[in-house]
Amino acid sequence: MKTVLFFTIGILFGIILYMSEVASWFRIYEMFQFDSFHMYGVIGTAVFLGVIIVFIVKKFKIKSILDSAPIAIPNKEKGWKRYLFGGIIFGSGWAISGACPGPMFSLLGAGFLPILIVIVSATLGTFFYGFIQHKLPH
Amino acid sequence: MIQFLTQPWPWYFGGFMISIILFLLLWTGKSFGMSSNLRTLCSMMGAGKKVSFFDFDWKAQRWNLIVALGVVLGGFIASNYIVSTKSMDLSQNTVDQLLAMGIQDAGKSFAPEILFSNDAFTNPYVLLLLILGGFLVGFGARYSGGCTSGHAISGLSNIQLPSLIAVFGFFAGGLLINHFILPLLLKTLAI
Repeated sequence: MKTVLFFTIGILFGIILYMSEVASWFRIYEMFQFDSFHMYGVIGTAVFLGVIIVFIVKKFKIKSILDSAPIAIPNKEKGWKRYLFGGIIFGSGWAISGACPGPMFSLLGAGFLPILIVIVSATLGTFFYGFIQHKLPH
Repeated sequence: MIQFLTQPWPWYFGGFMISIILFLLLWTGKSFGMSSNLRTLCSMMGAGKKVSFFDFDWKAQRWNLIVALGVVLGGFIASNYIVSTKSMDLSQNTVDQLLAMGIQDAGKSFAPEILFSNDAFTNPYVLLLLILGGFLVGFGARYSGGCTSGHAISGLSNIQLPSLIAVFGFFAGGLLINHFILPLLLKTLAI
């Protein structure tokens, strides 16, 4: 049952990423060129509504449909180094591959098979982070 | 209605639908973040034996892998059964710029053929580009603790300063590469 639920949410998300063109390399290029409002509109709308959603969930202590426990939304750890440095590295990769982790999976389903290389390499990048984590400023 | 849904979605509808995903995942008691799956994959493949960062109960993250599998199917469904056009309403400036750098299908296809057609597998230069891009995304996402979904959508929705710093970083790095490095990479590709 839970599996079906999560799988369905994933299918919907995959469709959204494709249909809103967020998964398109071209849209990412265009975004970094400030040539179109499209990507800013998508992310801006999602965040605007997201702020309202999170506010309502917290304010009315909405419970999870799976285990009836109040929904906990954890805060991010304080600090700035890891967020700034990690963010810059992530953004650099985003500008080259034109895909962040969600869209990668949507592109794979859409049949752009070379994205597999990106997914494998991103997994290796993740592994490498784990490997040198303790040597990095956080 | 059908026509609205089968055309590329306008930004307000795309953004609205992403906020629905954020809500659905919160409602199931989970959080929205796709790059965690890459860490889970490492752990699944046994990386936890060597590196403590991957030594966690990956089965607790199974739900997110299932979401990712769904995303793959969603991409398949959208591209094969929903979308009714191949063209994209890109800005003319972007189309012209890419054309000048040898990318000829901007506005005509969903992803540039030069990077994402099967020819990419046999072009060492393209392979290098895809490997580099992916590696930085994977490394940077974990270093910063999230990606576009985890920081830009979930984190900003929860008004988290760390996420704002991360998103600032995404754009600082992305703008720098897009404006100064990518043109050089693409021009070399076109030769």
